Order: sequence, then structure tokens, then C-alpha cells
Amino acid sequence: MDSAGEVLNDGKITLEGFTVAARAFADKWKRHNLSFPSWSWVPLINRTLLKKEECYLSLEKIIILSSLEGSAEEESLGVTADWWEKEESIDHTVLVQNVEDEAHYYDYHIVYSASYMVPMLYFRGYSSDGKPLSLDVIKRDLPSSSVSLLLESKWTFITQEEHPYLNRPWFKLHPCGTEEWIKLLSESSSSDGCQMPVELYLVSWFSVVGQVVGLRTPLEMLI
Amino acid sequence: RREGRRREKRGEANEKAAMSMYGKEQFRCRFISTNPKSLLTALLLLSLLQGFTSSWEDSIWFDYKGVPLKWYIPTGVLFDLLCAESERPWNLTVTFLSYISASLASFGYPSNVLIPCEGEDSAKWNFVNSLKEAAYIINGNCKNVMNMSQSDQEDLWTSVMNGDLDAYTRLLPKLKMGNIEDEFSRKESLSSPVSRQGGGTEIDVAGQVKTARIPVRLYVRSVSQNFENLEDVPEIDTWDEISYMNRPVEFLKEKGKCFTLRDAMESLLPEYSGDRAQTSGEEEADGSQETRGEIKLVRIQGIELKLEIPFSWVVNNLMNPEFYLHISVLVIGPQR
Repeated sequence: MDSAGEVLNDGKITLEGFTVAARAFADKWKRHNLSFPSWSWVPLINRTLLKKEECYLSLEKIIILSSLEGSAEEESLGVTADWWEKEESIDHTVLVQNVEDEAHYYDYHIVYSASYMVPMLYFRGYSSDGKPLSLDVIKRDLPSSSVSLLLESKWTFITQEEHPYLNRPWFKLHPCGTEEWIKLLSESSSSDGCQMPVELYLVSWFSVVGQVVGLRTPLEMLI
Repeated sequence: RREGRRREKRGEANEKAAMSMYGKEQFRCRFISTNPKSLLTALLLLSLLQGFTSSWEDSIWFDYKGVPLKWYIPTGVLFDLLCAESERPWNLTVTFLSYISASLASFGYPSNVLIPCEGEDSAKWNFVNSLKEAAYIINGNCKNVMNMSQSDQEDLWTSVMNGDLDAYTRLLPKLKMGNIEDEFSRKESLSSPVSRQGGGTEIDVAGQVKTARIPVRLYVRSVSQNFENLEDVPEIDTWDEISYMNRPVEFLKEKGKCFTLRDAMESLLPEYSGDRAQTSGEEEADGSQETRGEIKLVRIQGIELKLEIPFSWVVNNLMNPEFYLHISVLVIGPQR
């Protein structure tokens, strides 16, 4: 399949390219990230206003446990409540103790931006009773590198905006400059100057963006 | 200060809004705003009320018949969406909460729908982010906004907040947004090649601009049944009845053809296109066809527009200060 024209020279991607890249990303994630829940592809067929190709990737109900001592990075587990119930080998007494610390739930959506022509990460946090978490609370769950970047940066790169399809306030990583570092990634990874294949676009993108919110991309996915 | 907001411009409409306030005090307040260059949001309405709140820590929100007003949407758009039949004066309810407590929800604060507004800074960042997004769409990058000095940015925002058109016009060249070709203003693309960099606009071999991308925020309200008068349109209960689309219009310029507002709308809402014989190519089992949806009403900041108007006129006259066109549309949904 000729992917030329879907990933553009300047690091941007078309909607068609995004659709292909997103499916490839979800597949690779499922194959290489077995201990983690998988991304699902949410189509927008109910909405008569949007073309059928417009969809987004969703990863929901990720639990991050922040205990009172220690940093969030060391203590956090990326699991869902379903996975937890299935794993019988875990010592439940330890679990109970952890659950008493506040469990924060996170939803992540990868959405295509027609304005910037790149993917965008939307996320939100909520406690077990469904109440949304404020940015201050969420910052405590983020890796310390992200927090220091937030403080230093002249431009806010985590903004609170309305989710483009769900009509509710979510947080978003600002896409400014995305296409520049994607271009750098693609130049440095190919010696013969070939363009990044569209199947790897979202994987490469997420390997950088995911780190900001503490989600790691297994190296095998980048092959 | 209220008088200072009055400006005369070609094609604008005056909008009067009176606010009745309940709660601790009850009184009426009148102000006049002129469209389309005013970025008057619910937040800016709040600044008029500064005399009645001691600080920004007070929780305050507006609603129209129970539907909370989103402060980051221009009031002109809110008015177009929530009042099918233009109601003047526009009666809003303002709620004050002097005490911040963990149980805001118990007082009815719609936090699951509204993004909390933390004062003027929220509105300013919203403006700057929209400006950057618009720059991306028009120029292919937002370098022009990033390169603006901090003080110029502040001044630009202040001019918008104060409705100071003179100051805004003076500061515009510093923004270097790039020209959007307009037949009516006679700016030829060949005279400003520098601004056409990046993925924003394409230039064909002859050096003439073929397409431009125009930032548009589309707010669509769909009703299921046709109606004769606007008064017959039922009022909306929640924001879920309004579909929001943030997608640029690809402005095609072909020689001899005029790209109209209808063309722009059809590119954004193909299901409501007038030329299509069938929407999905499927017929019902009994052989009857689906009837297409229909665009009933298009309004920008209170001004109703005919679909035959050239899109370039709309772009050059009805654009908001952050370079976005906010279009409110009322459609009849396809009958199934």
C-alpha cells in the first residue's frame, strides 16, 4: 500500500493517514503490551454530522495509585479494575492497603486535529466516585520531568478544553510543535532519507507524548 | 466604558442585552455591544459586574433558561444557538456564590459541563491558544504568534478585552497573520508571496493561490421536524443537543466561479448538501428514499446570512479577533 501523501514532509499527517496509523498502533500495542489493557477504536457513527472515518483511540480506566509516601512514578501501576480482579495470584491483603490510598482513574483519548494535522492526546482524571480531578491533583500523578517542564515553559502545554466530541471538559496536551519533532524523529531514524511509514507514525508520536503522562511505549513496537 | 464599545461597521447588527440578576441583589443592567469584531464572552460580561463581586474567587455563572453559558464561547454565538427567535433584551440569570466549598455541586454549579473560569487569565489564554490554532490553519505554523513580544501580546489582548478597535487595528501588523485573498478588497496573492509558506496554502504552477484554509468553529443545532416560524423551534435543554465542529474550510478559488457560503457549508456538512440525490445510496425496503437534511438558518454573531453570499466577504467582514469564524447553524435532520 502506497503510504505516500498520508504522512507529509513536514511531519504532519492526513486524516486518512491517521486512521491507518491508529489501527496499526492499537494492533502493535495489543501484541507487545500484554500486561496493559488495549486501546479501542471508537467510531462516531451515531453523529450524523461527522464522516464515518472520524474516530478516536480510547484507553480508559487506568488506575494510578498515589500513596502518601514516595513519588508517583515508583508507586503507580497502570492497570484497570477488570485486570485486577482477574489476577488471583496477587496478595489481596497488600491490595486492600493500597486501595485505601486514593486511587485515581485516568482516561486517554487520541484524537485527530484537523487544524494542526497531527494527533492530540486528551486525558482526564477522576476519583472512584467519578468526581473529576483538578490539574493540581493530576500534576502529582505526572512524572516529575513533566511537572518541571510545566513550570519552566512560557507557554502552557496542558490546557483544559472541551473534548471535541464528548461535550465535557478534558485536559489536552497542546500540539504546538508536534510536527517539528516528528520530522526530527523520522529524519534521524532513516539513513536513506525515506519518509516515516504511516504505520509507525502514531507509535513514534506516542513514544514521546505518552512519556509526558507516564505511559511507556515498549521498544518492540517501534520496529 | 459601555458607551465606548459602540462602533459602526458595514453590515453589523446591534444587539441589546439586559441582564436580570437574582440572588443577593436584584437589578437590571443594560449594555450595547456591536458585532462582529467584539469578542464579548460571558467572562467579559462578568467584568461589567465587577462592582458587585469582591474578587474572582466568587463563583459566578450565567445561564439561559437553565442552560449554563460556556464562557469561552462568544456571546453572539451563545445568543444564536440558545435563542432561535432572537429575543431582545436577552434575559439571563446570573448566580453568585460567595463561599467556595468542596460541595459546589450541591449549589448547582454545573462543573461537569462548564470548564471552571479562573478569571481574566483563563480568557486570555483561551484567546491566545485560539489565535495560535488559527495561525496554524492559515499559515501552516504559529511562528507569527510565538515571535510576538510578550508586551505586544498583552496589548493585543487588552485591545480585544476593551473592545478597542483602533488599538487592535494598530497592533494587527505586528501579528503578521498573512493575507487571505479577497476579491472585494482587491489584494492579489502575487503581491504577498512571503506569507504563503508552509502547509497552509497551496500555490500552483502559475503562482496564483488555489486553496486557502479558513479557521471555522461550527455550532450545529439539529431539529427533527420542519418548521415555518422560528418561534416554533423548541428551546434546547442541554448542550448535548448542539454539535460542535472545529474544522477548517478549504476555500477553493476557481477562475470564474464564486465560492459561496453555501459551498463552504456543504464542505463542512456534506449530509446537508442540496445537490445530492441520496445521502447514503441506500433505499428503504419499500422503495422510498430518505429525505435529505436541510440547512435552515445560518447565523454569525447575530447576523443571519443568505447562503449565496460570497464566502470571501464573510471571511473578511465577520471574522473574530482571534481569526476564527464562528458559525451557528440550524438544520433539519435527515428523516429516516
